[in-house]
Amino acid sequence: MQEKIALTGNEAMALAMKQINPDVVAAYPITPATEIVQIFSDYVSNGLVKTEFVTVESEHSAMSATLGASASGVRAMTATSSQGLAFMWEVLYIAASYQLPIVMPVVNRALSGPINIHGDHSDTMGARDSGWLQIYSENTQEAYDNLIQAVRIAEHPDVLLPTMVMMDGFIISHAMENLEILSDQDVQKFVGEFKHHRPALLDLDNPITVGPLALYDYYMEFKRQQAEAMRTCKPVILQVAQEYAELTGRKYGLYEGYKLDDADLAIVVLSSTAGTAKVVVDELREQGVKAGLLKLRVFRPFPYEELAQALSGRKAIAVLDRADGFSAFGGALFNEIRSAMYDVKDRPLIVDYIFGLGGRDVNLDHIRKVYADLAEIAKTGQAAQLVSYLGVRE
Amino acid sequence: MANLKQLSQQEEFFTPGHRMCAGCVAPVVVRQVSMAAGDTPVVIANATGCLEVASTIFPYTAWRAPWIHNAFENASATLSGVETAYRALKKQGKIDKKVKFIAFGGDGGTYDIGFQSLSGAMERGHDIVYICYDNGAYMNTGIQRSSATPQFADTTTSPAGSVIPGKIQWRKDLTAIMAAHNVPYVAQVAPSHFNDLITKVQKAIAVDGPAFINAMAPCPRGWRYDTREGIEMTRLAVETCYWPLYEVEDGQWKLTYKPREKKPLTEWIKKQGRFRHLFTDENKELLEQFQQRVDEEWEKLLRRCGEM
Amino acid sequence: MSNLLTWKEVPKGAFLEKPGNAADYETGDWRSIKPVWIAENCIQCFRCWVYCPDAAIMTKDKKMIGIDYKHCKGCGICANECPAKPKALEMINESDSGDN
Ligand SMILES: Cc1ncc(C[n+]2csc(CCOP(=O)(O)OP(=O)(O)O)c2C)c(N)n1
Ligand code: SF4
Ligand code: SF4
Repeated sequence: MQEKIALTGNEAMALAMKQINPDVVAAYPITPATEIVQIFSDYVSNGLVKTEFVTVESEHSAMSATLGASASGVRAMTATSSQGLAFMWEVLYIAASYQLPIVMPVVNRALSGPINIHGDHSDTMGARDSGWLQIYSENTQEAYDNLIQAVRIAEHPDVLLPTMVMMDGFIISHAMENLEILSDQDVQKFVGEFKHHRPALLDLDNPITVGPLALYDYYMEFKRQQAEAMRTCKPVILQVAQEYAELTGRKYGLYEGYKLDDADLAIVVLSSTAGTAKVVVDELREQGVKAGLLKLRVFRPFPYEELAQALSGRKAIAVLDRADGFSAFGGALFNEIRSAMYDVKDRPLIVDYIFGLGGRDVNLDHIRKVYADLAEIAKTGQAAQLVSYLGVRE
Repeated sequence: MANLKQLSQQEEFFTPGHRMCAGCVAPVVVRQVSMAAGDTPVVIANATGCLEVASTIFPYTAWRAPWIHNAFENASATLSGVETAYRALKKQGKIDKKVKFIAFGGDGGTYDIGFQSLSGAMERGHDIVYICYDNGAYMNTGIQRSSATPQFADTTTSPAGSVIPGKIQWRKDLTAIMAAHNVPYVAQVAPSHFNDLITKVQKAIAVDGPAFINAMAPCPRGWRYDTREGIEMTRLAVETCYWPLYEVEDGQWKLTYKPREKKPLTEWIKKQGRFRHLFTDENKELLEQFQQRVDEEWEKLLRRCGEM
Repeated sequence: MSNLLTWKEVPKGAFLEKPGNAADYETGDWRSIKPVWIAENCIQCFRCWVYCPDAAIMTKDKKMIGIDYKHCKGCGICANECPAKPKALEMINESDSGDN
């Protein structure tokens, strides 16, 4: 049974958290994710969840307490954004290395400085190598759906890795949209009772030591093992998506191709910008231009094989990065897509556009310009500039 | 009164075979805490530092009780999460045993980098006994000064030089700061006075809610004294009133041990290489200044405890 | 490193499931001096036991029965703290000792 209602992204995430009904939540406010924490507090105060809520004094402690709870053998969650995520950085790695299935909504916001509260992806791109799964959402519906699926993915015995689910700050977190929601019971049934697939700290009869020192004789084996969990979790993500589709009718994959199959010109992008790009794709298609779009949903693990396959046969590709990599060679998405395309026969030219930093508006004209550039690249077989900035004052 | 023979029949939660230096007093503190806990089920969190590093070198662990290490500054927050998970499971009827949650941190992990997380956990009222083993410096990284380091001590980041005579600042009075959190139980202890230590830890464990215990735990490497004198070192710190033994129970300050005769500070510091530079003609004044401050602090405490 | 676990064998997330197995690790070879127990001087006060950083004072049925040389690191705290007169614990050079 599904119900159609209008919610903001934050309301949808908070609702999903309520329906997941975790045992422990430890969280700290930060714009634009504050509402998630506030709304959830309301659920706690009114007895609508069984959750024990810890009002920690910082995000570092939020992640630390969430880690402690998760290692204890319960379902634990938190939520954050930007500086909060950066403040958690140290513990993100530790949570992943302990292979704890923590699930966390992250509302994407630019990292300081200058301080800025609006959406870009510099926060989660900074955490891309922390060992967390990363799932990006285009809109409120996806944010809601992804968070519910994330619980099943993270807790799957073949995965057991922490997972963050993203949506764009303000653009999605504060925008009211219609979405379909499940009943509490259906979500409960879908996520299931929390099962320990690990020894737990609170199993008092079998005391364990969590977080020992491992030096050059062992550290590498632990890292190799951790890498394997990330390497092999794609089938689980797809299996969970399949079950979710059976329940809701909404289909998810590792990415979404939009008019991609026969496209000559393709844009690759994450999150809400895909919505804007789809409008332009439709427009161009009407004009007979073979434009297409690839919206990446799962950035970690990076589905390089699937992406290479989906993008091979295109004539020119533009990757839109909502975070600069400061490597002097474009953003992370660009670099990884290019790397994934290396083995493709007759690989297309691939260029990068850094855009939307600090919430800088990206409109239809920007996207039109990108497709126009791509058309030129496809025609000439040359890209004037590999990495450029979209919407910056020159 | 602790009956040692009786206590020797219990299994301790900390085993030999740990890799702390010979003569390190931190494991003595841990053992005495274990004696105090007896057969109360405990779950332990440990901040990064000598104790954590030397007790859990994979594939070995010196801990018989459930134990978790997360990072340097977050033992309190981590244990907050564990204790909260316990409450969740208890409420759901999935666990019924009464469990006590104990955190161990060095002075660096407690006074300095872990201070915010400790303060937060205490303020929130988690049922945690936090035990700081205070060896007065960051020992694990090679004896750098902390806010617990005594004034004038020579450390690797407050070296006694020709212009600056060791650490400039007086030590942070963390025990008083924790008392100001108005938690039900706060105490200062020294393992030389094991009766006092064990009694206080038992009180802290019995309390429903947060408790903080500051335990002096000398480091022979960092303080530069003969390993055999580790316990004597805490005894002298108590007898010179540099490290008074007291407790703050529900806001009531109480001196739990009053030296019959207050020993001159030099009796304690002359045995330690970290203060050697004070025993020169040109630093005589500093030595007097040091003694004077100890006297002032002691009197302040006596007044707080209604002994004056 | 052949007897060490492979990445497929190490416990997930490094959770150690052998509580207290450090007791199997011997630290006795750290010693340069060693305590010897002189039983006839011992007043069974348990000071050595309560102060040993390495839980290396062995007891049985509420009696001190000797020293666990597998773990004793030879710090000398026990001998220093022994209140018996004459002392029931004395430190000697490891090189001067017989077996053990
Ligand atoms: C965030 C962070 N900063 C610095 C360190 C390095 N470090 C590890 S242990 C330590 C000092 C520990 O000092 P203390 O808490 O006093 O414990 P001790 O080693 O003296 O027992 C430092 C600085 C670290 N592990 N993490
Ligand atoms: S360095 Fe000091 S505190 Fe650390 S183990 Fe050695 S004696 Fe103990
Ligand atoms: S010498 Fe030190 S380690 Fe050995 S038994 Fe005595 S106190 Fe324990």
